Amino acid sequence: MRSPYMYIAVMAIVTYLIRVLPLTLIRKEITNKFVKSFLYYVPFATLAAMTFPAILNASDYMVSSLVGFIVALVLAIRNKSLLTVAASGCIAVFIVELIIQLM
Amino acid sequence: MEKLEDFKLGMQNAIPICLGYIAVSFAFGIQASEAGLTTLQAVIMSLTNVTSAGQFSSLSLITAQASFAEMALLQLIINLRYMLMSTALTQKLKSDVPTIHRMGIAYGVTDEIFGVSILKGGELRPAFSYGLIFLSVFGWVLGTFLGAVAGQIMPGRIISALGMAIYGMFLAIIIPEAKAKKSVMIVVISAMLLSSVFTYAPVLSSISSGFRIIIVTVVIATLAAIIAPVKDSDKEEVEADA
Repeated sequence: MRSPYMYIAVMAIVTYLIRVLPLTLIRKEITNKFVKSFLYYVPFATLAAMTFPAILNASDYMVSSLVGFIVALVLAIRNKSLLTVAASGCIAVFIVELIIQLM
Repeated sequence: MEKLEDFKLGMQNAIPICLGYIAVSFAFGIQASEAGLTTLQAVIMSLTNVTSAGQFSSLSLITAQASFAEMALLQLIINLRYMLMSTALTQKLKSDVPTIHRMGIAYGVTDEIFGVSILKGGELRPAFSYGLIFLSVFGWVLGTFLGAVAGQIMPGRIISALGMAIYGMFLAIIIPEAKAKKSVMIVVISAMLLSSVFTYAPVLSSISSGFRIIIVTVVIATLAAIIAPVKDSDKEEVEADA
């Protein structure tokens, strides 16, 4: 049984090294085109892969998750703030689940 | 006194970030307590990591008792974007900013803090960054605490709805850029499709969620970097495309 504290320590060290090394060591701009491009695309690929299809299981029912996904997607397309998009997705799920449970 | 003014200005800029973080980390706190972490463990994780995607993704690995190597690799890939952000931030600092301050600023590199820091006009001063980081992390930790405590007493329907929060946040981060750049749009859609294949296809679905994210990210980002390398004059290109 591995302790959660050990996992937290591993995570914290890896994450801090990622953040601190460029700030302390690199004082010039990265010029390698491939490395620059790869680093640029990484967040979009990671967050997209983490979002779908996992978002379909984000709540208790797939229908409510799907509605929450669509609401969040539409608001994100309209450039709404992080708080608005996240909160609206949650409220949409809540309403749909309320309806499901009343039926 | 100038430092105090900078610190206050940083805190003012952090107010919207702080509110957003409370909402999302509240959801994280709930999921952490569902995954079996104690309130203290969840709070320490938020205080020492300050990552959204990294922390959420860690829960399934902790539950599954994955190896430390898998955890380290997952965090490396998911949080690799901070390396790019730190590299960009270092250009905003005067070259005489001492290492100790650079180490302090590094602690708080997140998508949102980076966004505010990089868009701020002029040079980035450490006191401003500290104000920005202080209030943002305060929100992140407070929300985690409230979520971890509330997760044990809140009705199931609200907990279920809050599960959507983190994905809403991810969409709010990636969609605006995907709208502006065709290559990013293709990366987002391809990553979602490939991730679906890995989730549902026989054999592939036995790969853990951690490695699934790692594989999808490396494959898609590598292909994108080869097929559509980023040009130096990116902003002009976006305008030309529009």
